[in-house]
Amino acid sequence: MAVLVSTTINGDNVEFACEPNESLLDVLRNRLGLSGAKEGCGTGDCGACSVQVDGRVVCSCLVLGVEAEGREIETVEGLAHGTELHPLQTKFLEHAALQCGVCTPGFLMAAKALLEKNPDPTEEEIRFGLAGNLCRCTGYDKIVRAVQDAAKVMRG
Amino acid sequence: MAEIHLWGALRPAAGGASVVSVDAKTIRELFRKLEDTYPGMAPHIARGVAVSIDGRIYRDDWGKELPEGSEIYLLPRIQGG
Amino acid sequence: MASESTTAHPFEDAPNHVTPTVIHDPILTKTDFKRVGTRPLRPDGLDKVTGRARYGADFNMPGQLVGLVLRSPHAHAKIKKIDTSKAEKLAGVKAVITFADMPDHTGGDQSMYDILENCMARGVAKYDGHAVAAVAAVDAATARAALKLIKVDYEVLKHVTDVDEAVKPGAPLVNPKNITEGVEPKPTKPSNIAKRTEFGHGDVDAGFKEADVIVTRSFRTEQTHQGYIEPHACVASVSPDGTGELWVCTQGHFVYRNHCAMLLGMDVSKLRVTSSEIGGGFGGKTHVWAEPVALALSRKANRPVKLTMTRDEVFRASGPTSATSIDVKIGAKKDGTIVAADATLRFTCGPYYGMWAELGAMTAFACYDLKNVRTVGYEVLVNRPKTAAYRAPSAPMAAFAVESVMDELAHKIGMNEVDFRIKNAAKQGTRASYGPVYGPIGIGATLEAAKKHPHMKAPLGKNQGRGMACGFWFNFGGQTCTDINIGPDGSVTLTVGTVDVGGSRASLALCVAEELGVPYEQVKCLVADTGTLGHNDMTDGSRGTFSSSMAGIFAARNAVTVLRERAAKMWEIPVDDVKWEDGHAKAVGSKYGNLAPLSIKEIAAAAGNTGGPIAGHSEIVADGAGVSFATHIADVEVDPETGRSKIVRYTVIQDAGKAVHPTYVEGQYQGGAAQGIGWALNEEYIYGKDGRLQNPGFLDYRIPVCSDLPMIDTQILEIPNPNHPYGVRGVGETSIVPPLAAIANAMSNAFGVRMTHVPMSPPRVLKALEAAKNG
Repeated sequence: MAVLVSTTINGDNVEFACEPNESLLDVLRNRLGLSGAKEGCGTGDCGACSVQVDGRVVCSCLVLGVEAEGREIETVEGLAHGTELHPLQTKFLEHAALQCGVCTPGFLMAAKALLEKNPDPTEEEIRFGLAGNLCRCTGYDKIVRAVQDAAKVMRG
Repeated sequence: MAEIHLWGALRPAAGGASVVSVDAKTIRELFRKLEDTYPGMAPHIARGVAVSIDGRIYRDDWGKELPEGSEIYLLPRIQGG
Repeated sequence: MASESTTAHPFEDAPNHVTPTVIHDPILTKTDFKRVGTRPLRPDGLDKVTGRARYGADFNMPGQLVGLVLRSPHAHAKIKKIDTSKAEKLAGVKAVITFADMPDHTGGDQSMYDILENCMARGVAKYDGHAVAAVAAVDAATARAALKLIKVDYEVLKHVTDVDEAVKPGAPLVNPKNITEGVEPKPTKPSNIAKRTEFGHGDVDAGFKEADVIVTRSFRTEQTHQGYIEPHACVASVSPDGTGELWVCTQGHFVYRNHCAMLLGMDVSKLRVTSSEIGGGFGGKTHVWAEPVALALSRKANRPVKLTMTRDEVFRASGPTSATSIDVKIGAKKDGTIVAADATLRFTCGPYYGMWAELGAMTAFACYDLKNVRTVGYEVLVNRPKTAAYRAPSAPMAAFAVESVMDELAHKIGMNEVDFRIKNAAKQGTRASYGPVYGPIGIGATLEAAKKHPHMKAPLGKNQGRGMACGFWFNFGGQTCTDINIGPDGSVTLTVGTVDVGGSRASLALCVAEELGVPYEQVKCLVADTGTLGHNDMTDGSRGTFSSSMAGIFAARNAVTVLRERAAKMWEIPVDDVKWEDGHAKAVGSKYGNLAPLSIKEIAAAAGNTGGPIAGHSEIVADGAGVSFATHIADVEVDPETGRSKIVRYTVIQDAGKAVHPTYVEGQYQGGAAQGIGWALNEEYIYGKDGRLQNPGFLDYRIPVCSDLPMIDTQILEIPNPNHPYGVRGVGETSIVPPLAAIANAMSNAFGVRMTHVPMSPPRVLKALEAAKNG
């Protein structure tokens, strides 16, 4: 039996019905049309489905849709404000921190959560902070540089 | 007559020879004559053979001319990632 | 740069266009660039940082069903009976298929038949994960329930998954009909060796007699997966009138179209395939697996079907590279001259014929100038998934073996390993170990650059070692079709058929902007569906930028011819008096002194009055891809307590011919190196005695994460490819070739231990360290 869930996604009130065993990732992608989060593994190993739940970065494939009840969800679709990109988005583009780009939404959300907790991370802190997100294209070099540069901009 | 160098997988079809002489002016004529003379090469040619003419590698482009005195190497058609 | 070998072979494939005045000569014509070599933002970037880009699984069709595949749990089993009746009766199930729903249309084409059988087992399941049936249902839960209702009656057969076991006499036969090719006389008994192949020249046995020092070693590398983050996904729709559509993540939608049409018995023109954004491929998306199944389900259900693989399915059933076993023998004189080199390479192909050992045999000694060389390759059938290409396929394993022995040999004769390689490096005019003679190449230059690189002299810490190694990849071109259309406002649409796997739309727009003389921002590059352009081979063999830029430049030259004609009409002067310069038509001659140059925008605005739309086309086989060489330097730290290794510094030096967009060239170098590092240290398919894959997930098949790697330094060398108008070589693949050996050599230099088995995972390193300690 489907369950009715009330939640906030990217600042908007959202109601949806989902099965009790349905993942938040499937709800976002299949019921709400938010396909920015990707399924790379479905087992929490790749981080391509990373979103923030009440400010904490999670693999949305490991969270149930019903757990979104009463919480604040942020996805990559909510990162830019209108036409103004988040500094992480700008720096990922400038540093060519993406090749195929399928891991990028997850990296952006994980990096955002990291910088909210630690606005001035060392390279090592960035590397460990993003170790839950797999990228197969870049070797991470340009991703780390983009996050470093974005952190600098965000610190002002 | 052009001297055609064969890679290993083709050599059994030519009785073990690594070089064969073929009177051919184009890649198509070369393939036709190889298939006539050495029927064992036909499956390889059907699967795709690349032709190196003086070091420049062509796919099996039939119309490509084989200049007099050029060095011709037959190679498997490369796959890549 | 117009060397003799290039001028001797003018390009003769000019398309028969309405304005055939342009000479389509791929010979290097340009060395002074305004736009090529700059680093603008990619045109598809914004969609990718906002979540808007649509990948394989991000697309839906009305009335779409969910498709799922039932896979064999056995490594090798006869399929005696498949009972689908219960699944068919389940409410919400719209189609169930087996091989009987995919009749053989391959007409004797063995390689296509193998693909058909790999998509859906026909009587025998040949590996753990081999598809045996599929369902389409209204939702995923119903489809999963239906899979459980399919009863397959298996008779388990003996299996073999190990490369060395498979070639032993008496090994279980993967294909009882397989007779080894390439051996005379033809064997009378079947075996697991699909083919023997040989390359080389000179007299190896005589060469070894001249050697002062000979090193012989045997190596093994384990099977790895391309590990793209996006699993295979497609949406297929086939109508009863025989037409169909396919949305799919692929490296080559035209090839997928051709293959799917053949396997389904459809007309090629009636199947339109659109490539999604692709979430990584690395060779693993050059081959159909699930797409023909999705089409067959859709045809039976008369509804669109979406089929996405799980990660487990990706590992068990799609594209791994070969597991290998390689013997290498190299002999040298005391002065460092190599006198003979010999290698025997056994590569697994999965259950089907392949050319993987052949590629290993061709690339093994390609870096060196050798008088006497021989390589012998054996394609080995095993009960593992059908081997697919993985970035410079087969070259990394061969390089691991050869470059390890090169280091050992250098040390035995007391030479620096870089100097030893420089002394023996191939150069222009060298006969490659695989046959032809090289044109201008970059192996020597990368070695000289490595010797001078500050990395080589940096101090090392405790438990650290430094190693270096070289790598080679062919690159190729292939069939390519490209359109340029000038909009009524003078903006330019560049339509290509090569899938963009990592920024090629930016590179191609740069080349066309350069040729037309307009700003980069004025050119929009699109990847077209199969209905829009003629056939394009797929993006593999590092051909995407090489071949589509060549075709794009030719198309731009054709467009310039039209633009000049139109300007001539506007001015009412002869076309011969109009030249194209800096993005403008200019009238040549003092008599036209008062004619202001015409921009593309002005010419385009008048197009309706001067002959209609302005376009340029190009259809070519892009021959003449320049071979590519790289030298890598790796610093490795090994924890002697745990055997865990960490890369502390890494440098990639590679020849790009001409780096069109240097940032994305660096990205290719870094990404390839990271994949090679993962292969060297961790990645490995682990099969149980039961022939089942034990680690089909990213937790247990561990690809490098951010904290595993350092920054990866890159140095781009530019030795122009004389067979491309801008000197471009492919850059995508070579960077995965040297890391295995560079890291093994670093470990050897640190601990005096020669690692001969990849991955050099902590247990193997620990074992080697202990063995060395115990003498």
